[in-house]
Amino acid sequence: MTDDELIPLRAILAELAPQRRAALLPALHTAQRLFGWITEALASEISRALSVPLADVYGVIEFYEMFHHEPVGRTILRVCGAPVCALAGADGVAQALCRQLKIEPGTVSADGAFTVEHAPCLGLCDHAPAVLVGESAVGSAEATQAAAICAANAGNPLSHVGGDIRILTSNCGRGRPTSLAEYQARGGYAGLKKALTMTPDAVLAEVKAAGLVGRGGAAFPTGIKWEGAAAATGQPKYIVCNADESEPGTFKDRILMEEDPHRVIEGMIVAAYAVGASQGYIYVRGEYPSAFQIISDAVADARQAGIVGPNIFASGLNFDIEMRLGAGAYICGEETALLESIEGKRGLPRIKPPFPTTHGLFGKPTIINNVETFCNVPLILERGAAEYRKIGTERSPGPKLFCVSGQIQKPGLYEVPFGVTLRHLLFDLAGGLNAGRKLQAVLMGGAAGAFATEKDLDVILSFEALRAADLPLGSGAVMVFDDSADLRDVLKRLAHFFADESCGKCYPCQLGARRQSEILDRTAGAGPLAGDRERLSDIGLTMIDASLCGLGQTAPTAILSAMKLWPEMFDGK
Amino acid sequence: MADITLTIDNQPVTVPAGTTILKAAEQLGRQVPTICYHDHCTANGLCRICVVEVDGVRPLLPACLSRVSEGMKVTTSSARAERSRRTILEMLDSAVDLSEAPEIQKLLDENHADRARFPAAERREHTVLDDNPMYIRDYDKCILCWRCVQVCADDAQYTHAINFTGRGFDTSIGTFFDKSMPDTTCVFCGQCVGVCPTGALKPKREALLEQGVSLDEILQATRGGQKRRRKPS
Amino acid sequence: MISADRTVPTTCPYCGVGCGLQLHIKDEYIYKVTSSFDSVVNHGNLCVKGRFGYDFIYNKDRVTTPLIRKTKQAPGARSQAFDRSEWREASWDEALDYVAERQCEIYRRDGDGAMAVYCCAKATNEDNYLLQKLYRALFRSNNIDHCTRLCHAGSVVALQMALGSSAMSNTAAEVIHSDLFIVTGSNTAETHPIIALQMKAAVEKHGAKLIVIDPRRVEMVNYATLWLPEKPGTDVPLYSAMAHVIIKEKLYNQDFIDSRTEGFTDFAKSMEKFTPEYAEAISGVDKNLIIQAARMYAGAKNAAIYWALGIPEHSHGTDNAMSLIHLALLTGHIGRRGTGLNPLRGQNNVQGASDSGAMPWHYPGYQRVDDEVAAGKFEQAWRIEPGGLNRNLGLTTTEIMGAVGPGGVRSLHIMGENPMMSEPNLNHTRHMMEQLEFIVAQDLFINESGAFADVFLPAASWAEKEGTFTNTDRRVQRVRKAIEPRGQARADWQIVCDLAERIEKKLDRKPTAFWAYENPSEVLEEMGRVVPEYAGVKYPRIEKAGIQTPVLDDDHPGTPFLFADSFPRGRGKFHPLEYIPSVEMPDEEYPFILTTGRLLEHWHGGTLTRHSKLDELNPEARIEINPADAVRLKLEDEQAVRVSSRRGTIVLRAWVTQRTTPGVVFIPMHFAEAAANLLTIDALDPLAKIPEYKACAVRIVPAGKAELARPDAKVGRGRY
Repeated sequence: MTDDELIPLRAILAELAPQRRAALLPALHTAQRLFGWITEALASEISRALSVPLADVYGVIEFYEMFHHEPVGRTILRVCGAPVCALAGADGVAQALCRQLKIEPGTVSADGAFTVEHAPCLGLCDHAPAVLVGESAVGSAEATQAAAICAANAGNPLSHVGGDIRILTSNCGRGRPTSLAEYQARGGYAGLKKALTMTPDAVLAEVKAAGLVGRGGAAFPTGIKWEGAAAATGQPKYIVCNADESEPGTFKDRILMEEDPHRVIEGMIVAAYAVGASQGYIYVRGEYPSAFQIISDAVADARQAGIVGPNIFASGLNFDIEMRLGAGAYICGEETALLESIEGKRGLPRIKPPFPTTHGLFGKPTIINNVETFCNVPLILERGAAEYRKIGTERSPGPKLFCVSGQIQKPGLYEVPFGVTLRHLLFDLAGGLNAGRKLQAVLMGGAAGAFATEKDLDVILSFEALRAADLPLGSGAVMVFDDSADLRDVLKRLAHFFADESCGKCYPCQLGARRQSEILDRTAGAGPLAGDRERLSDIGLTMIDASLCGLGQTAPTAILSAMKLWPEMFDGK
Repeated sequence: MADITLTIDNQPVTVPAGTTILKAAEQLGRQVPTICYHDHCTANGLCRICVVEVDGVRPLLPACLSRVSEGMKVTTSSARAERSRRTILEMLDSAVDLSEAPEIQKLLDENHADRARFPAAERREHTVLDDNPMYIRDYDKCILCWRCVQVCADDAQYTHAINFTGRGFDTSIGTFFDKSMPDTTCVFCGQCVGVCPTGALKPKREALLEQGVSLDEILQATRGGQKRRRKPS
Repeated sequence: MISADRTVPTTCPYCGVGCGLQLHIKDEYIYKVTSSFDSVVNHGNLCVKGRFGYDFIYNKDRVTTPLIRKTKQAPGARSQAFDRSEWREASWDEALDYVAERQCEIYRRDGDGAMAVYCCAKATNEDNYLLQKLYRALFRSNNIDHCTRLCHAGSVVALQMALGSSAMSNTAAEVIHSDLFIVTGSNTAETHPIIALQMKAAVEKHGAKLIVIDPRRVEMVNYATLWLPEKPGTDVPLYSAMAHVIIKEKLYNQDFIDSRTEGFTDFAKSMEKFTPEYAEAISGVDKNLIIQAARMYAGAKNAAIYWALGIPEHSHGTDNAMSLIHLALLTGHIGRRGTGLNPLRGQNNVQGASDSGAMPWHYPGYQRVDDEVAAGKFEQAWRIEPGGLNRNLGLTTTEIMGAVGPGGVRSLHIMGENPMMSEPNLNHTRHMMEQLEFIVAQDLFINESGAFADVFLPAASWAEKEGTFTNTDRRVQRVRKAIEPRGQARADWQIVCDLAERIEKKLDRKPTAFWAYENPSEVLEEMGRVVPEYAGVKYPRIEKAGIQTPVLDDDHPGTPFLFADSFPRGRGKFHPLEYIPSVEMPDEEYPFILTTGRLLEHWHGGTLTRHSKLDELNPEARIEINPADAVRLKLEDEQAVRVSSRRGTIVLRAWVTQRTTPGVVFIPMHFAEAAANLLTIDALDPLAKIPEYKACAVRIVPAGKAELARPDAKVGRGRY
């Protein structure tokens, strides 16, 4: 590589250099965008510019699925391998693409144009089977259309947005981003403006009074989290938006970001005001290139308009937002792994305590919330906590987004008040099962969720009712499998997903996820061995009890729930 | 710092605030088993062999990292903790060559681990890397305790010659673009060799001796007589 | 999997850090070295030499039988014999009798002035104590020195003049308690690797700030807040300018100056001319950096200074060290934890060899030979007739070489040192070695100096004998016999005693000064009886961990840091300073300043490390040249170059690197094929007699690849 060829990279690295290691992911993305893949020379250049040891740069490249240190095609075709897309024929699409390009998965076509890869859930479950072609999403891909898929370069397919209420999603469902002007015209940033007239403590009190709990899956009370960060002594403080939506079967945050980007920005600014933070980060998963672009543009527009940056709405509040693009690692949805990733490291979860509220990004007090959580915040400020609490149930206030996918008539994003039944969601809103099919199972909460069956249809969708029914709400993913689905294959795919996505830090998950997937391979193939049920049970309970982070602790839950429902599936000979 | 009183396996013990459960148990003469933990390395709670049950806390807690609190009731060998330990050891043994890890072998025995628990399990296999005059790297034996990476970095040497490659089960220890050690920033301090608990990193002379290379041959292999002298001008 | 038959704890034989080692032994073979994580000095950390560099023990070239030269050597016609065929094997009796015979013959003929000995900073305290005792008690000669002269003599003299003590004032590990520390004239990461780890941790984990002052961009610069790239030999103006700033801005510690020092007024006057502008003009360091460094040092709560040979190895080395001492006296950054004046000693036992009296002006314990009381005390201890010991100061290392010839030094005993690599201006040294009448060498290998000898006595390595080393922070630690000596090799202390008894008999000296020791512990006890600082250092006390001198009696706990309440000389004394340029300044003919030093993988003259696998890691001498100079000289990286000074010429490979600054080149001292000391100048500091290794003028021209000693050596590793 000549010095001349390196000029554009060096120019960007010079801009990134003050951030040092924290700019490592942006630097690697830049190198890859400019040169296709990251050569040794490029990695060395980045190492020098950002003062990151060479071995650490390599370790980071190796950790993230979407960074390549070997040649890849100019366009990468990522075929979703998650259960819903698989049921819709994703494997056949992948084979057809490989045939069309005369390559194996992971190799480069002769003209250097394409590589086909299997991807974890692309968050396009409502368009199964899905393929990400470079930065364009292709839904309902058909094996017979391989050539057309390769040529795709349109935006995302239009998602169906529905539900009993349309509050959070009032600007969604139109297949285009809501501009700043439009957002403001429709009442946007009113919540922020109102917050700025209040004291930070009053804002905090309002959010706490609203009873908002985190929508990312852990359901932690948002107000308490904010209070913790507000009380913490370190400076500066950070607001981080977890837009690493990677839970299989989940696509709500993608739609919120793609169609209503300012709502999440508004929520973050309110949070910054409430806790006294000056810098924010939005970390978008690598598989969401268009959401990343849209929200980056929205941040730029807001900055232009004086809504992000110094002296917001002339209130004296200073708060800027920096964008981060992930690079293919489910674990980075775990809040501390995400912080590590922003810091330019391998996305390994940290030991808690200490918690991010006191020791978060760069060791400073940090609020990290999910996209949907932040989107609730303007609403609370605008309407007031009391009004907000009128939506939903007493103990689960507010609106909730559900991502319905799988073998169902109308896959899509549905907004409901907490308190409706699963049956209502699936049959009244999503159109019910395909003709002539019977319900076999519903996977609630994503890959890290649990199975419901026919008998659970009348469960009320609220935190308290689901907990009583031993079902997770998780991220709001609801995957429907009718009687045509091979659940063994579904389980195998879930297990593979976790084996691929385990970061490898703690032994129970590093080893357990792989051992679990080997047993489920057997289960879906030649049949389980004698003792496999006990093995699966020991592995699963050990992962739940002893894993370091939420990934490991929830990775076996769907499998354990299946073992309870269909024990015969696991009995070996 | 203030003292904290807790009970471990029903025995009361008083230790300074900030003490870990592991150290508090040691004070009572109870050895909570550990694998990745090393007194002179940053503890990361990786192996989870040291997990203990604490009343009122749902997940098991790693004793090496968890700090004591007033009135805490710790059970070091609850059924859940024992299942976790046994299963982790069985899984580890199914993946890694532990033949030169006598301490882990002892744990396998003590925890009644079944060494054949996981049939047809994929093992982590690598070729032995013999790329420098000082030590060999046999990552079949690597349990990913992180010690080598940590002492190469901020735990001791600040050399940063090695880091992790891959992830999950396929995590390994590697160099920048898999370069041989002499082509890295390695200073051959051998701090990594010093903390390796499983023989994955081993002085080359020890490895040669093990392979049955005779003492004479090892001695021959040590450098000598290559020194060039020239008459000063 | 090998399990050790036994592991033996001992102390590393390389640098002055003094790391604890565990030698793992199977079938009497040391197959592995580890370090206990409880080791006080190094906490289980080692460097490449300590962990892997012990294999010289087993090198097939090691001499394990006494050897006598087949051809009798005569002054002026003496030659080097590297090949074993030029030697014949002899019994110990024959070899030692022959040595005693020849030495006594010369002594009887020419007297004490003809006898000289190089003691050894690699050998134990006991070895050194006995060898100096032999020369003083039997040959009545004070021509006793060792390589301390070539390393920290300038620091020692300056510290003695200013404070009355010459050791490191604090413990290296205290650096984590400093909030600022200066490292100067030291490539710590390579030459004191374990102390460097503590320094790195101080910066990275304990929030300390580091200022590096060095002509080279040494590794520690990566951890530094400030780097002042001075030209070699400009320490006095640079540090005096810092003193100037501290005085001018009244940043000094008035209380400390009033209560603990003397001579401030005259000193302050002498500092007036050392303005930052003046220092910038001489040293090349931006005056603002000098001002900033002065303010940081003076403003710190606890500031320490660490230095190595870049400070003393100059013709004004004593002044250099003095200019550093002044900073501590001005600010009071001494006598507390995390402060101090810390000369990092090079050799594993250079502190101990000095303590043991391997010096021409001092008996053990820095008691002057020209002091009647001291001499009387040693006469009594060694059972010598009153007035029997020589009251005249002996010759220093370089002076011994200079005095060779009729009427001067005729016989040289070399224990473990290698003047033919370590002296400056080696062509001159060679000439002088050739003029000697008799040489006996005591070593493991026939090195460049031993090759000149008449008799070669095979010594046991450090792993094959008992004893003690005293490390850089004055910690006396045990060295243990892990394996039997190879072949007929014997411990140095045994060789010395055996030889001494023969000499004593031949000279008919009665009563005996005593040489019949069962164990080196008795030697250390004897030394403790005459050296107050060692009075409480006894083997049983240091079985587990060493103890830091002074240890005044059996109950004294040792001394982690010195000068808490006072200095040995009473008040710390300021000395007015003048700037004296290096003897040889670059000019048109010789436009570069050459500075020399060590590499991580090698040790001094290379006797040990070049007989180790270590040599594979760094097999070849290279001259470090700044890229800007390389462009001007039209040199490519790795190209062969011929480097000449007014004294010699060598050919070696160029290494174009930012590690050195424009106008300054660096050559390591380890490689006989391209010995840096063929180029260096034998100008001496007038007080300390230390040669100016760190600055001489050279010119560089391209050479042919074929002229390299190893044209095809693999060079250029990742870490560089």
